[in-house]
Amino acid sequence: MAKAPKSRKSPAKSPSDDTDFALHSLQDALEKNKRFKASDEQLQHFYEQMLLIRRFEERAGQLYGLGLIGGFCHLYIGQEAVAVGLQSALTEGLDSVITGYRDHGHMLAYGIDPKVIMAELTGREAGISKGKGGSMHMFSTEHKFYGGHGIVGAQVSLGGGLALAHRYNDDGGLCLAYFGDGAANQGQVYETFNMAALWNLPIVFVVENNQYAMGTAVKRSSAETEFYRRGTAFRIPGMKVNGMDVLEVRQAAEIAFKHVREGKGPVLMECETYRYRGHSMSDPAKYRTREEVQDIREHKDPIEGLKKFMIENGSKEDDLKAIDKDIRKVVSEAADFAENLPEPDASELYTDVLVEEY
Amino acid sequence: MAIELKMPALSPTMEEGTLAKWLKSEGDEIVAGDIIAEIETDKATMEFEAVDEGTLGKIMVEEGTEGVKVGTVIAILAGEGEDASDIEAPAASGEVDDVQGEGKDVGREESEAEITKPKPKAEVRDPDVPEGTSYTSTSVREALRDGMAEEMRRDERVFVMGEEVAEYQGAYKVTQGLLDEFGPKRVIDTPITEYGFAGIGTGAAMGGLRPIVEFMTFNFAMQAIDHIINSAAKTNYMSGGQMRCPVVFRGPNGAASRVGAQHSQNYGPWYASVPGLIVIAPYDSADAKGLMKAAIRTEDPVVFLENELVYGRSFDVPDMDDYVLPIGKARIMREGSDVTIVAYSIAVGLALEAAEELAGEGIDAEVIDLRTLRPLDRETVLASLAKTNRLVIAEEGWPTCSIASEIIAICMEDGFDHLDAPVTRVCDEDVPLPYAANLEKLALIDTPRVVKAAKKVCYRD
Repeated sequence: MAKAPKSRKSPAKSPSDDTDFALHSLQDALEKNKRFKASDEQLQHFYEQMLLIRRFEERAGQLYGLGLIGGFCHLYIGQEAVAVGLQSALTEGLDSVITGYRDHGHMLAYGIDPKVIMAELTGREAGISKGKGGSMHMFSTEHKFYGGHGIVGAQVSLGGGLALAHRYNDDGGLCLAYFGDGAANQGQVYETFNMAALWNLPIVFVVENNQYAMGTAVKRSSAETEFYRRGTAFRIPGMKVNGMDVLEVRQAAEIAFKHVREGKGPVLMECETYRYRGHSMSDPAKYRTREEVQDIREHKDPIEGLKKFMIENGSKEDDLKAIDKDIRKVVSEAADFAENLPEPDASELYTDVLVEEY
Repeated sequence: MAIELKMPALSPTMEEGTLAKWLKSEGDEIVAGDIIAEIETDKATMEFEAVDEGTLGKIMVEEGTEGVKVGTVIAILAGEGEDASDIEAPAASGEVDDVQGEGKDVGREESEAEITKPKPKAEVRDPDVPEGTSYTSTSVREALRDGMAEEMRRDERVFVMGEEVAEYQGAYKVTQGLLDEFGPKRVIDTPITEYGFAGIGTGAAMGGLRPIVEFMTFNFAMQAIDHIINSAAKTNYMSGGQMRCPVVFRGPNGAASRVGAQHSQNYGPWYASVPGLIVIAPYDSADAKGLMKAAIRTEDPVVFLENELVYGRSFDVPDMDDYVLPIGKARIMREGSDVTIVAYSIAVGLALEAAEELAGEGIDAEVIDLRTLRPLDRETVLASLAKTNRLVIAEEGWPTCSIASEIIAICMEDGFDHLDAPVTRVCDEDVPLPYAANLEKLALIDTPRVVKAAKKVCYRD
């Protein structure tokens, strides 16, 4: 029999010790004050970021149509407010982000150069992964962006590991782990919820509920369609957020990040959003009506919504148009860059398989 | 400026399609998001959506046209301030023009560079053990633990996680004493949740730590194999060398004793088939310790395969401060000139026993312990083959698609001229491992079978 260890205390208080646990505490805080009070500068920044994602993705769709982007290409159009609202609240250089294969928007929201992202999509040597990763596999350790993962749900437990590293190093950072309503039915998500709550990890789980897991509507795949409730079994507080309103997303981020940074453990945030395009470029999207998509575009579009708010608050339409023009230029330059640079050298085939030589 | 609308590729494989229907007419105002046309691919009818704003100037391809090549101009869009009726329609042709900024497909010239595979580092040998060094008889179990503990003392980032690794002191007592020394922050008990904690361990490595993830046995790692392969092994390559994943997955592998089919399998060949992974399977205590330390230090993800039946065996370990062995180098356990027996893990013991027996019959066998299964030390195997001209592989595992198969391929490809007899493999029987004692014995590799095979390749049976 082994001798008893000196310390039998687990590092964190068990979640079940907390009798005052209130699943709704964060949601209540959000309900009280739903929209972030942004400065004019911040508003403009949100607008630029969302528009950059929109225009970038439209162009990516075009380049795919022209055969310059191959394989799978999952566009973020419609979901822009989620990445922009959340990531604008992160502490740069400290917090980490991880997501699935619909990752272009998150990278752009991080301020990563659109050129190297587009060049990765076209499989060129100047791409952020040297053309070896492609649309679904992009990383920027410099920005603490950890991918870009092609296996549905894998990023959730990997994100748990990033959060573990934050706590291990006691650096005060948190991990933002995005996944979709489809990934929300993967078993490892709940394995991670359990450990994240048990170990009090600094992580915000974000379900980007865009209503369809590829072609399967939420109600056809999920017994509990209110994803923010799915942390209940692990005593993780949930938040339900309008993911089409960047100011509400940002406000929710403020509340969730504060909770996590105070050492109170993980948060599960559901952002209700909508993907305008098919699951990937080759999806004919016959599982929903054209009217449904059109209705969201006309009434809930995150960019139009913010534009309206900004004009009501004194922004000039012409100024916003000028922003659009600038962004089109940035995207065109990125596309030119990505089309004209060479593919990776053949000598790169066997590089980066391993880091070390043996 | 007028914008050319081109026949889009709507699936990864589409080369041409049918322009089924125009939903807009010439002169119509178009805003981004409008569906302009329906296009039939080989798989489905897709909607063609406008990205730019303008007026539909000229339709170049009539609806109902089949076999429209991807990239063909199908319509012209007049931009803001342009009169759609003024647009000069380009001559319709099947040829696809390259237009700057709109899919000018350049940069795809054949690379003149050669594809170069990495070559093994020349002359890497085990560290010299200075004369006069004392040795301590140590069990493999303790040697593994000592290797981990030394690295944990050396590097704050190293930690251990897994089922029962801390308070229970290890299901097989490999982590015994680590909690006492390093505390619960660095020796972490996990719930029974292999997929989840393998992912957390892998993510922690991406985040800059040096996790050692223990699987109670590698049979359970099948639930986590996605993270080992898709998340850990491929990340460095997919990120163009940007993101590393220095994690060690370790635990007992292979058949134990009377635990039946689901708890008795050798995963060496599975992991050894994956580029991006290092796979280590030591036999004795010194190798267990020296290679464990190397596994923890390397920047690459490692699968470290131990063997439950070997944990309790004791071997000499040199009393050295920092005994680190090279990854990817086999070890000649016994020199010989008549036949080579290649083995790894528990089968090394059988090979050594067989060599003893063969010596009694006048056959001088050389025994090679591969130690690392990936990258495989081809050079040592081929050099031995060149010397003995006969080779047998002993492997505790299934024969099909095995390490033995791989060694045979290497010998055929690069050692054919040295062969005086067909290379022969001695593996477990090709069945799920049975429970009944007699059947289990029949199914598993044993020394007499290795002896028999060696005699056969020496034409002495």
